[in-house]
Amino acid sequence: MLKTFPVGGVHPPENKFSKGKKIETLPLPKTVTIPTGQHIGAPTKVVVKRGDEVKVGQLIAQAGGFVSANIHSSVSGKVKKIDEVFDSSGYRRTSIIIDVAGDEWMETIDRSDELKKDITLSKEEIVKKVSEMGIVGLGGATFPSHVKLSIPDGKKAEHLVINAVECEPYLTADHQLMMEKGEEIMVGISVLMKATGVNKAIIGIENNKPDAIEHLTKLSNNYNGIEVVALKVQYPQGGEKQLIKAVLNREVPSGGLPLDVGCVVQNVGTAFAVYEAVQKNKPLFERVVSVTGKSVKQPSNFMVRVGTSTDVLIEAAGGLPEDTGKVVSGGPMMGKALSRTDVPITKGSSGVLIFKEEESKREKINPCIRCAKCVTVCPMGLEPYLLMTVTEKQNYEKVEEERALDCIECGSCSYTCPATRPLLDYIRLGKAEVGKIIRQRNQK
Amino acid sequence: MNDVILYTIITLGGIGAISAVILYFVAQKFKVFEDPRIDEVEEALPSANCGGCGYPGCRNFAEACVKTDDLSTLFCPVGGNDTMGAVASVLGMTVDAKEPQVAVLLCNGSSANRKRTSEFDSAANCTIAANTYGGDTDCTHGCLGLGECVDACGFDAMYMDKETGLPVVIEDACTACGACVEACPKDLFQLRNKGKKSKRIYVSCMNTDKGAPAKKACDVACIGCSKCFKECKYDAITMANNKAYIDYNACVLCRACVSVCPTGAIHEINFPLRKAKPAKKEGEATTKPVTKAEPKVNLVEKAKEATPKAEPKKEEAPKADEKKENNNEDKSSNNE
Amino acid sequence: MGNFLKVSLSPHVHGGNSVKKEMYGVILAMIPAMLVGFYFFGLDAVRVTAISVLAAVGFEYLIQKFLIKGEPTITDGSAIITGMLFAFNMPSNLPIWIILIGVLVAIGVGKMTFGGLGQNPFNPALVGRVFLLVSFPVQMTTWPKISVLNFSMVDAETAATPLALIKEGLKNGESLSSLMEKIPSTLDMMIGHVGGSLGEVSAIAILLGGAFLLFKKIISWHIPVTMLGTIAVFSGILHFANPEAYAGPLFHLFTGGAMLGAVFMATDMVTSPMTHKGMIIFGIGIGVLTVLIRVFGAYPEGVSFAILIMNAFVPLINTYVKPKRFGEVKK
Repeated sequence: MLKTFPVGGVHPPENKFSKGKKIETLPLPKTVTIPTGQHIGAPTKVVVKRGDEVKVGQLIAQAGGFVSANIHSSVSGKVKKIDEVFDSSGYRRTSIIIDVAGDEWMETIDRSDELKKDITLSKEEIVKKVSEMGIVGLGGATFPSHVKLSIPDGKKAEHLVINAVECEPYLTADHQLMMEKGEEIMVGISVLMKATGVNKAIIGIENNKPDAIEHLTKLSNNYNGIEVVALKVQYPQGGEKQLIKAVLNREVPSGGLPLDVGCVVQNVGTAFAVYEAVQKNKPLFERVVSVTGKSVKQPSNFMVRVGTSTDVLIEAAGGLPEDTGKVVSGGPMMGKALSRTDVPITKGSSGVLIFKEEESKREKINPCIRCAKCVTVCPMGLEPYLLMTVTEKQNYEKVEEERALDCIECGSCSYTCPATRPLLDYIRLGKAEVGKIIRQRNQK
Repeated sequence: MNDVILYTIITLGGIGAISAVILYFVAQKFKVFEDPRIDEVEEALPSANCGGCGYPGCRNFAEACVKTDDLSTLFCPVGGNDTMGAVASVLGMTVDAKEPQVAVLLCNGSSANRKRTSEFDSAANCTIAANTYGGDTDCTHGCLGLGECVDACGFDAMYMDKETGLPVVIEDACTACGACVEACPKDLFQLRNKGKKSKRIYVSCMNTDKGAPAKKACDVACIGCSKCFKECKYDAITMANNKAYIDYNACVLCRACVSVCPTGAIHEINFPLRKAKPAKKEGEATTKPVTKAEPKVNLVEKAKEATPKAEPKKEEAPKADEKKENNNEDKSSNNE
Repeated sequence: MGNFLKVSLSPHVHGGNSVKKEMYGVILAMIPAMLVGFYFFGLDAVRVTAISVLAAVGFEYLIQKFLIKGEPTITDGSAIITGMLFAFNMPSNLPIWIILIGVLVAIGVGKMTFGGLGQNPFNPALVGRVFLLVSFPVQMTTWPKISVLNFSMVDAETAATPLALIKEGLKNGESLSSLMEKIPSTLDMMIGHVGGSLGEVSAIAILLGGAFLLFKKIISWHIPVTMLGTIAVFSGILHFANPEAYAGPLFHLFTGGAMLGAVFMATDMVTSPMTHKGMIIFGIGIGVLTVLIRVFGAYPEGVSFAILIMNAFVPLINTYVKPKRFGEVKK
């Protein structure tokens, strides 16, 4: 019996069209637009100005606090301007626009392909390095990694859980990375183990990637304390709390962090980025992005420099199909729909999905038939139908009481609702409003 | 048989008497003293329970009025000065008259002025849309057109204009309770003084982007050019965040700024038409103390009026303009 | 519009489930029981079913169009289900005018007054049935004697249902064991070779439909299993305490509307609780009430009343019974 989390969950069609496609490195774009906010937390301070020459890997925006991450140039060239440009959020945000000239890297970066296994840095040095190199969680939440690795006094991590679940349909970036960079990931995990002071790491992989499970299991024999756990395919297993429940059967308390049950969770892509940062001195300025969809001519996995326009990726995958109705950054269950395709790829972009017109249309909203399917599939044990109703009535006290803030926004409720009610839309609204109310309350 | 009737009367009568005694004592025991003036004040209030005064309901407001020594901080926007006067007389206090206010929409990005660039396909709720992304046009500050303000309005003083995609405030019905100001996630509503004869001049744009992107996104955006700022002799206009703001207290309604605005972002409301009938100005003003509000016509007209100034290429606009002008003429003559 | 990219909140995919699919799934599941009814009760059963389905759809259409003035909702299939369930609860020799009154109450009072699909607190078909039961007790409890494939349309003989037989018999002082001989065997009851309402007679056909619903995940196991389990256990205890006064669990499970109620009526999504825990409470409540009414009540059959009474408790159950929250700190 394969492990999985016990409550709720759905199993959407996987549609992994780009599965097994080798990671291609895209040719350098002509210009890149690097947003100065690519992570959760404090905004960054721009440290370059118009006309500056920058190299690949040069710091261009500095973290604006502890929960913040440095941003490095992904190309070499000249800073064209610093302006407000549309990013994937659909708002104008301060971005650094660089005209590409050549491909000159910082000298400090080790560009050889050689695998560097020995970990020479100490625990503190690793965390510092991770912070300097601007590593953020690459699963999509883009939470600065060094924050998770800095374990506060009085808490102790016992397990490092590596999220290699990739439970989102369509996406294959992590899968492909595991197949091609297995060794590096293993070293990266060892680095993370040293940084958090744990001697046990568990890699959770869903059973729909048997080749990756086999590959990593074979590799893990050479590394101390790393174990690969195969999991039953079930969305949203990639959620932190669900993953910990699945592999360790521990339940993160409501409002708590994984560390409360002795766990640190990192994405497998982050492990690779940590390897490159710590062992190769390479800042996070490129990542693997899947470009896929039913109508895409060549579904692919690309190694993309941060700041590259989404247009360029779509072009490389065979162009935007005629009947496109929606372009999504990220997975189909939790990704963000783009209002335009010229927005830059950021550290958190795990995929670009293209939906056909007929796929992207939402069905008419019907009255709730109280079938209780949303309650059954909610992995957090909430009652989405109720949260939607009370949010609609603006009864935010009740929304809070019914623990809307526990919602992980996995979208299982909206996915499963036979009446096609926009449950998650309203729960998000409720969460936002309750968040506002709580902030006001705390100020008083 | 007689026994049955007798017993029934005795039992029921007994129960009634005992209950009455209990009720009497309970009522005495739990008697709560309440200032009778609260009821009187509440009587004077409009009982709309809209929350426009900042209290949850009219009774709470009445309690606050009774408690306070100074009525100047309390105001019922729905009832206005008359109501406050009545409240003051109940309490034996005096109150200064306040300028009546009305809600105005600070966006003129109608579907003709603002090009759509995407389509919103989720629950039709402005806050949800605003939390999701910038909006279905390139202007991230403008109206989303999903009508949360209309839903919030408790006085039926608003409707969505299908043609422009913007909400319209019906001036006569608007009580300036501020529900729409609260509801709009883009902060596009403002309560402004109604002004003399309901005449108002304001910048109908909240776009804080720089001039070029603002103009590109919307034909009638305030591009922050400062022309009106330089033109204004009364220091009523301030510039901030690439946007002009007209202080309604300082504005003397001279309309100098309106004519210099290159994009037509400055609106004049309830002014008689300029070139068409300059002579009517006074006549209308005296015979029409409360201006007949036809904001729909006004807004559309202003939009259309603005476009030919900015882009003389458009052929349709002047035609529509003429039509509207005729309409307006008819109306003003009727009023006379 | 096609030129614009659509922007919506996640999730961007949908499972493809729809109200229609759920409703037509239920209709499909009811077909075996309906066919068995046709087999045993002949053309009369066809007539009753056809009339109530047509009337249910017709009334809903008329109310929606002329009273509520909303979009027509009859295509979602819920009116058909109400019509079929209503027919399942009728003796097949019922006059047409009574059927029409019953359907009007079911759709009009039971469903549309509350705002249509999804809003009604009580199962509409049962509202109609109970209304008829108290208004026309004689017609509603005169059951036709079953005659296999009788298409003659002549007035058939009438016969009492096993439940009524036992109830009457016990009242007249007959012993249970002698009464048990008069009623059909358990096997006959499972197949449906027994008197009763036209859709409730065959346990096997109903269970077949139930299995289909479970397989399609339209219903969950909680309500039917707990309800039937409670009936079995409760009647078993009574039977064990005094075998001469109380019939055994098998008798209670396979007679009357227990099966039909458990599979099709108690599981009605609209009127059942939202959480699994709540469903279990709901099922147990129906089971207990059913046996209580059957054994101690005035009516021989109690499933309809039991379900309606528990329907009334659903809002209360939904308020107080919450699913186990993930990460809830135990106190």
